[in-house]
Amino acid sequence: MRGCGARASGAGFYSGAVTDWLTALVIGLAAVACVVCAVLLARDTPAQDRTFALLAAVEVAVVVQLVLGVVALVRTDDPVEGVLFVSYLVGNLFALPVGVFWSLAERTRAGTAVLLVATFTVIALQARLETIWGAAGV
Amino acid sequence: MRPVSEPATTDDRASLSSGPGRTLVFVYGVFAVAATGRSVLQLATEAGDAPLAYTLSLVAAVIYLVATTCLLLGGRTAWRVAVVACSVELVGVLVTGVLTYTAPDLFPDKTVWSHFGQGYAFLPLVLPFLGLLWLRRTRP
Repeated sequence: MRGCGARASGAGFYSGAVTDWLTALVIGLAAVACVVCAVLLARDTPAQDRTFALLAAVEVAVVVQLVLGVVALVRTDDPVEGVLFVSYLVGNLFALPVGVFWSLAERTRAGTAVLLVATFTVIALQARLETIWGAAGV
Repeated sequence: MRPVSEPATTDDRASLSSGPGRTLVFVYGVFAVAATGRSVLQLATEAGDAPLAYTLSLVAAVIYLVATTCLLLGGRTAWRVAVVACSVELVGVLVTGVLTYTAPDLFPDKTVWSHFGQGYAFLPLVLPFLGLLWLRRTRP
């Protein structure tokens, strides 16, 4: 799909090294959060401050991604479906905060499972963002 | 912290969205948002291209929204509506799943239920079963 030689930037998710790096960071952080939540779930331990700090870090990366994603969208010459792309970037902002508040109301295994689903949603949305961007670069 | 809104979790109204129901509501919520977003975009930008697929996307979106809302509301009526919603959802994902394999011409574009929800890690296939199991356990 990507990097067919048509684009000077090569195999980029978005258009440059910064956004590539950022996507990798979001996926990496979310994956760590996912594993942490899975461990908490298995141990039946409610999430503590450290876990929420990790989730906050993922969220910050997601916010930065929204900004850089929109900048990349404005700059690119590829026919990326803008509305679709931005709606995924924005949707990405909500997964974690909503998940955290929904889980805080019940600090049980079910609450921890919500956190796991929320972090997994972030990873799934990264895959979609990459597909949307990649589809235009072919 | 905000005050606890439900007076008691043993209350009939709260029970649908507590315990495993809490996780279920979140997953349904994610799908409600995803399916609604997708269908609104599809209908707004290219409604004529694949009418059946886009109508199905919209039906799926409504089903997810109804199921999420009912689980959140709780109570006898909401429970009944949720059973109907989850049943329709199950039939929908099964029929659409089979049709996308046997008659792919009908679906030039994808829906949430295409190929049994393959694009969504087959969660759309698992979700109605989980929903109905949970509703069976919480029968009022």
